[in-house]
Amino acid sequence: MNKTHNHPGRLIAVEGLDGSGKSTQVYLLKRWMEMQGLKVFFTEWNSSVLVKEATRKGKKRQLLTPTTFSLVHATDFADRHERQILPLMRAGYIVLADRYMYTAFARDIVRGCDPRWVRNLYSFAVVPDIAFFFDTPLAVSLDRILSGRPSLKYFEAGMDLNLADNEYDSFKIFQGRIYAEYKKMVEPEGFMVMEGMLPVEKQQAMVRKYVEQKIDLPSFRWRGRQ
Amino acid sequence: MKATPRSIKHHFGTLLPGCKLAELKGKLIVLEGADGSGRSTQIDMLKDWLENLGYGTVNVGLKRSTLVAEELEAAQQGNILSHTTRSLFYATDFADQLENTIIPALRAGFVVLADRYIYTLMARDTVRGANPAWVKSLYSIALVPDAVFYLRVSPQVLVERNFRKNATLSYWESGMDTGMSRDMFESFMKYQRHIQAEFRRMQAEYGFTIINGNRKPRAIHAELRAKVQEVLSQSS
Repeated sequence: MNKTHNHPGRLIAVEGLDGSGKSTQVYLLKRWMEMQGLKVFFTEWNSSVLVKEATRKGKKRQLLTPTTFSLVHATDFADRHERQILPLMRAGYIVLADRYMYTAFARDIVRGCDPRWVRNLYSFAVVPDIAFFFDTPLAVSLDRILSGRPSLKYFEAGMDLNLADNEYDSFKIFQGRIYAEYKKMVEPEGFMVMEGMLPVEKQQAMVRKYVEQKIDLPSFRWRGRQ
Repeated sequence: MKATPRSIKHHFGTLLPGCKLAELKGKLIVLEGADGSGRSTQIDMLKDWLENLGYGTVNVGLKRSTLVAEELEAAQQGNILSHTTRSLFYATDFADQLENTIIPALRAGFVVLADRYIYTLMARDTVRGANPAWVKSLYSIALVPDAVFYLRVSPQVLVERNFRKNATLSYWESGMDTGMSRDMFESFMKYQRHIQAEFRRMQAEYGFTIINGNRKPRAIHAELRAKVQEVLSQSS
């Protein structure tokens, strides 16, 4: 299984439910690092150009089963891992990942995939130096998502699990189960839990402070540049 | 009324969500072998023979899924896939056919003829340096076939047949991406030998039947037919 890495780079992952505020926090962290002149790279879940078409088609035409859903996301991840994350870690970058393998662990297990099988899929992945978990009460993250966006997509709402007959109720049950999976991982995976109800700038100050303690940031400055 | 006993299907360690093994009444017959080993010819002949006997048949093979076949082909043309990504892409293609073609066909009592199965995929990954335990777990969702036939053809004969068919060697079947040699002919010979060695190792582990593929199609078909007949006569 995954071991602690020996690369000169550092990897920071952010995890949490949709609407937990993690993307805002990782964006602000990236801005802060860039303004300090650090070598930083940002990567997002489900964004590989290579696999995008297959994922899009599968989702649109509802062709995906729990197993193929899991595999297309693992393929997407592997592509980004092999072509971006790993080379950048070896080149001494700070890599920021908006969602990482834990997202797959939570979602795929909720969808009924064998936990051992899912974990093995990702056993090639570099283990993050820091994994933040933005812990927002379920009701709050649901409200943030459901008030801002009227229509939920089929898989996003977990409609494939037959939890409820409408997207809205299904999403609530699905997110609740994912939240429970995340909570189970906090200790074994060593998540740094962030209080997601605090004001954005308060959370960001805590994130920055924690990162500073864990990572020798000045050593990641661009060389040969003022 | 007495229930008819029949062989129950197994998986390689991981049960697919929602799959009920006891419902799978059909037979899964796998043909493995390199390009030019005569697999497709033999599959066609078996299909004709089985349909003539009144069996329903379904064909599956690599890169034939609705979900990712086109995308996989496109990605391979661009030669931009790293090893793990390619493994997972093929695994996705396999899983899609497993769940949407193989399992429904077996449930309906068909004979599924697989033109290659997980063994080729595992051999390719292992030869390219993938962790064997990782590959095994990845494909642990597969169903154990009722029979696996490996058409073994010497690399020399394979080269001849490939040239007769295409006048060129395939980039992938020559394992050019592995960097074994910049020379395509040399790479083909080396790569195919590695794959064959991997199949010999797997034969010991999975116990599939090796068929001498250096013979005429008719002779091979006669042998396969006899062996498939045995599988079909097992209580079903």
